[in-house]
Amino acid sequence: MHIPDGFVSGPVNAAAMAVSAAALGAAVVRARKDLDDRSVPLLGVTAAFVFAAQMLNFPVAGGTSGHFMGALLAGVLLGPFQSCLVLAVVLIIQALFFADGGITALGSNILVMGVVGGIGSTYALRGLRLLLPKGRGGFLAAVAAASWFSVVAASAACALLLAVSGTSPLAVVLPAMVGVHALIGIGEAIITVAVVSMVLAARSDLVGAWNVKGARP
Amino acid sequence: MSRRVSIVLAGLGLSLLLASLLSPFVSSSPDGLERVAEDQGFLGRAESGGEAAPMKDYLFPGIGSEKAAAAAAGLIGTLGVFLLACGLASLLRKKVASEP
Repeated sequence: MHIPDGFVSGPVNAAAMAVSAAALGAAVVRARKDLDDRSVPLLGVTAAFVFAAQMLNFPVAGGTSGHFMGALLAGVLLGPFQSCLVLAVVLIIQALFFADGGITALGSNILVMGVVGGIGSTYALRGLRLLLPKGRGGFLAAVAAASWFSVVAASAACALLLAVSGTSPLAVVLPAMVGVHALIGIGEAIITVAVVSMVLAARSDLVGAWNVKGARP
Repeated sequence: MSRRVSIVLAGLGLSLLLASLLSPFVSSSPDGLERVAEDQGFLGRAESGGEAAPMKDYLFPGIGSEKAAAAAAGLIGTLGVFLLACGLASLLRKKVASEP
């Protein structure tokens, strides 16, 4: 869903950049409080995995492809704000070195995938955990739902930016974007649950969202 | 080797494998946004740009085989993201007071 240059207007990109910069500022402030030495390589490897997996487009219906976003996975491991930071690092590298996503559209892409995808879906996960049963099954169900939501919510945010920019009317672009990303979100949920299950089995202490106080039975 | 180091190495190894072995074989169909842009007639607004990007379209320049070029770009990108993210995180991490 990387937005190229030309889709989002200058003022909308500038506003998106301002919101993204504020979110990244909050991530920096929180890192100074929460990010300990042992989290440094975890953040690095999460970013590397998100970058690698984002290269792997899988086919969905009708000659369309989708790829893993990784925002909720990063949120599960590192928390909402460090997820936004991870996505921003990946998006900046992709735009500068791989021409994937426009350089002027970076603020919009960070807003869509880092702020809405990363921060939004990680808080959605926290909400879902209050509704679903405690324990591993309930946790993984919440991860599945929140990761699907991360892609759909990001696509809705992207549609909103396109509509406000005058690129396409909201009544057209919103259902179109949400429709195709509701399918891509299923792939996101499958990959996220698979990876979270593996990390839970190997090293449950690294799964930050699992270890929130009082969340386990 | 501590278990923490080993899971980081396992995750990095898996990422490098995905980026080099699978990336040459991925779907080249338009992604969700490109599909919508095409269907709704605004794909033409995309500005090509990105000529300054050294590995445009995830291909390492100067390699004849497209699959090898994709694998090389995937490896370098994944390693670069890992190093940059680790560097950034170690700059931002909380500092333990040096005084006792």
